[in-house]
Amino acid sequence: MSPLELNKESGPREVFCGLTSIVWLHRRMPDAFFLVVGSRTCAHLIQSAAGVMIFAEPRFGTAILEEKDLAGLADANEELDRVVDKLIDRRPEIKTLFLVGSCPSEVIKLDLATVAERLSKKFIGKVRVVNYSGSGIETTFTQGEDGALKALIPLMKETNENQLLLVGTLANSVEDRFIKIFKKMGIEKVQSLPPRQSMDLPAIGKNTKVLLTQPYLSETIRSLQHKGCEIIYAPFPLGIEGSTKWFLAAAEAFKINAIKVHEILAPLTDRARKSLEVHKSILKGKKLFLLPESQLEIPLARFLHNELGMELIEVGTPYLNRDLMKTELDLLPQNTTIVEGQHVEKQLDRVRASSPDLVVCGMGLANPLEAEGIHTKWSIEMVFSPIHGIDQASDLAALFSKPLKRNEILSTKLLATN
Amino acid sequence: MELTLWTYEGPPHVGAMRIASSMKDLHYVLHAPQGDTYADLLFTMIERRGKRPPVTYTTFQARDLGGDTAELVKRNIQEAVDRFKPKALLVGESCTAELIQDQPGALAKGMGFEIPIVNLELPAYSKKENWGASETFYQIIRNLLKEKSTNQSINPDRWKSLGRRPKVNILGATLLGFRCRDDVIEIQRILSEQGIDTNVVAPLGSSPDDILRITEAELNICLYPEIAESSCEWLKKNFGMEYTSIIPIGISNTINFLKDLHSKLDLPLLNQEELENKSKLPWYSKSVDSNYLTGKRVFIFGDGTHVISAAKVAKEELGFEVVGIGTYSREMARKVRSMAKELGLEALITNNYLEVEDAIKSSSPELVLGTQMERHSAKRLGIPCAVISTPMHVQDVPARYSPQMGWEGANVIFDDWVHPLMMGLEEHLIDMFKHDFEFVDGHQSHLGHTSMKSSLAFDDYKDLGKDISKEVNHISWTASGKEELSKVPFFVRGKVKSNTEKYAISKGIIEINDEIIYDAKAHFS
Repeated sequence: MSPLELNKESGPREVFCGLTSIVWLHRRMPDAFFLVVGSRTCAHLIQSAAGVMIFAEPRFGTAILEEKDLAGLADANEELDRVVDKLIDRRPEIKTLFLVGSCPSEVIKLDLATVAERLSKKFIGKVRVVNYSGSGIETTFTQGEDGALKALIPLMKETNENQLLLVGTLANSVEDRFIKIFKKMGIEKVQSLPPRQSMDLPAIGKNTKVLLTQPYLSETIRSLQHKGCEIIYAPFPLGIEGSTKWFLAAAEAFKINAIKVHEILAPLTDRARKSLEVHKSILKGKKLFLLPESQLEIPLARFLHNELGMELIEVGTPYLNRDLMKTELDLLPQNTTIVEGQHVEKQLDRVRASSPDLVVCGMGLANPLEAEGIHTKWSIEMVFSPIHGIDQASDLAALFSKPLKRNEILSTKLLATN
Repeated sequence: MELTLWTYEGPPHVGAMRIASSMKDLHYVLHAPQGDTYADLLFTMIERRGKRPPVTYTTFQARDLGGDTAELVKRNIQEAVDRFKPKALLVGESCTAELIQDQPGALAKGMGFEIPIVNLELPAYSKKENWGASETFYQIIRNLLKEKSTNQSINPDRWKSLGRRPKVNILGATLLGFRCRDDVIEIQRILSEQGIDTNVVAPLGSSPDDILRITEAELNICLYPEIAESSCEWLKKNFGMEYTSIIPIGISNTINFLKDLHSKLDLPLLNQEELENKSKLPWYSKSVDSNYLTGKRVFIFGDGTHVISAAKVAKEELGFEVVGIGTYSREMARKVRSMAKELGLEALITNNYLEVEDAIKSSSPELVLGTQMERHSAKRLGIPCAVISTPMHVQDVPARYSPQMGWEGANVIFDDWVHPLMMGLEEHLIDMFKHDFEFVDGHQSHLGHTSMKSSLAFDDYKDLGKDISKEVNHISWTASGKEELSKVPFFVRGKVKSNTEKYAISKGIIEINDEIIYDAKAHFS
């Protein structure tokens, strides 16, 4: 273990709940619908995070619990049946329906697993119904995706075929790029979870080797292991270093010569190094503070320190899975302060005291910090932008150099906020 | 359970946050799980606030539920009071905490603080945002002022005996309220022109100390009944303070508001004849370019206050024809229904935006006045739209001064409602020259509402007549029929099509040609 400072903190948090991951999951699988069983708060949260108004009808919604649902649970099943009937009648193109548990549905112990099972039978051959929890009392932000993917695993068929399974939502363009590189390396069969259509779930089995594209999928990994899949432990494919080690780990698992991988990646790496230079000139030596949100914080810190020369003040993460993150932690500089969990007030005190050049934080905190003269980057952009892989390294770097460049253009002296 | 794809209002505790964030020296401890902090971004992103809302979320987790969540609540209350040193503390729950019944308000009251503790009970499973805001404002006023309550009634003309100018309070403006920031400035300007002083503006910009000063004024101006009516009622009951309930949106409403205010204060309204000229709206409406506005079909949807005012302005001050009206606000349903009745319409009361979209389609308006959601619906239907109501969008917090109320508000309304339409002379010219070969179809609007091309492909508008599509499957349109239909202005084309089809069905006609369209037109006229 590297001599890192690993701290835990608890208190009031400023982090999204797992429901928020619906915002990118529904885009990845256009034949799926996400029905949150929750409160008006859940509905309001998702629409506030997702810009719902741009859709004629979004592929996600909320079955809002009302007083009569809480008074007597007897009719909760009937109520859900009625809501789902109405939904499927209106949206015949839906192939997979995710029933998503929320804080209130968990607290009143609404058994969505049984409901999903019953509805699956009812709509057999038409719509598959699965369930998971995106509740804030159990999950943060990206963990919602973990739950959703885990819920799909029982639907996946078995195969003994030798294959690589990429797990975690990727931008389609990045996924295509990765598959092309793996083919060059000699890995012919590459599958993805989640797939681009919910009905195209890959088959899995003991000859399936799993490579994570996202760091927040602890539960999904455990389930895949139970199904006999082999997990390839590697740093995450962010930046040149992470992506290279990620490809090399896959090569090793498939007994492909590392020299071949280096040959394939060399032109990409050269190109990426050159394009990182401009960002490095802005970011080098600048002090970075990452507040917890997406669990991408540790890989991002590693990229921003090792490849762009930023100094790490504090790396926050909502949750730290030491097994999955071990390879990443090993790459961090000594004495890096990592804080798992959050006490938002105390953390903001530390932000102010350390006068960072850049803070990575959620949207609720960004403008207030900017108003104090502290520059910020919204963490939510990391889960919506194509940032994975060597070819995207400079785009990823640009997300962080832009706020600093912007600051140079705009004279802060002229800025006044309310 | 209610299937909801989108909701006009958030939960009631977001209403409470609007009050807390609007005020100073106040803190709100909200017993809530992780994730409820999303509401902070409504303020920091939509309103571009440079301050975090003054809210501490207890952030309880599943593993806390077996243990002592009450201790967690108390720890957060203590930390919030120590850190923020508020002059009053709001304590409440979000939807999930309501289920575990820790009664955080009672816990806070037992902790021995010297500051007033306002316990908020906002039923999350039956009420919504505006109700929550109204209840919170009412509870703050009640809690802070109940000790001061006396049997003596505040006489609205007591300013005379006190030897000073009359003083009034302006109540109801909040963050995330539609143009509240500028409405308050406009109303204060108008009052000062009339020799009336503003005592307290609340909740926007006020502190608990200001709330304690409310009774120093002669009367209250209830600017947004959704937020302030229950507070004004309480102040009337307990202090005898009168309040005005005319919403000063539009010229006649602003004048009536002033007349009412002056008569209550027993202050002569000296410059009455000048008032009409304070805004450009009356003349702009009368000017010849506005010929084309007369009789424009308008559909109105939003919160209660803005919908009712908009209907009056649209009908009386711009000469529009109101063809549909509705609100998402159950609390304002009665008032909107009575306005609808005056207009000979039936009000649509719904929280379902798809129902609103259907109502827009079936009433074939030429202009929609609605919320940001109706702006999107109208865009899909190719109908111009102006936004008149919450829920708020970053566009509804313009950099420029842009009130809805008072004289300048009337100017803003004229521009905002008329600019999405074609300019009068321009429309007239297009109509004259549309058969010329140089004319490029689709460029009618100077604002680029390109979806209102007059020669839409036949299939593009078939959905406009969706409601009867099932029965008309066997009806076909001949080439001449289609051509004639394409000459009908886009905004009534759906209606003409469905009426013609209805007519054809009733006559047993299975092929519609140009003559049938004229037969149907004659039949329905």
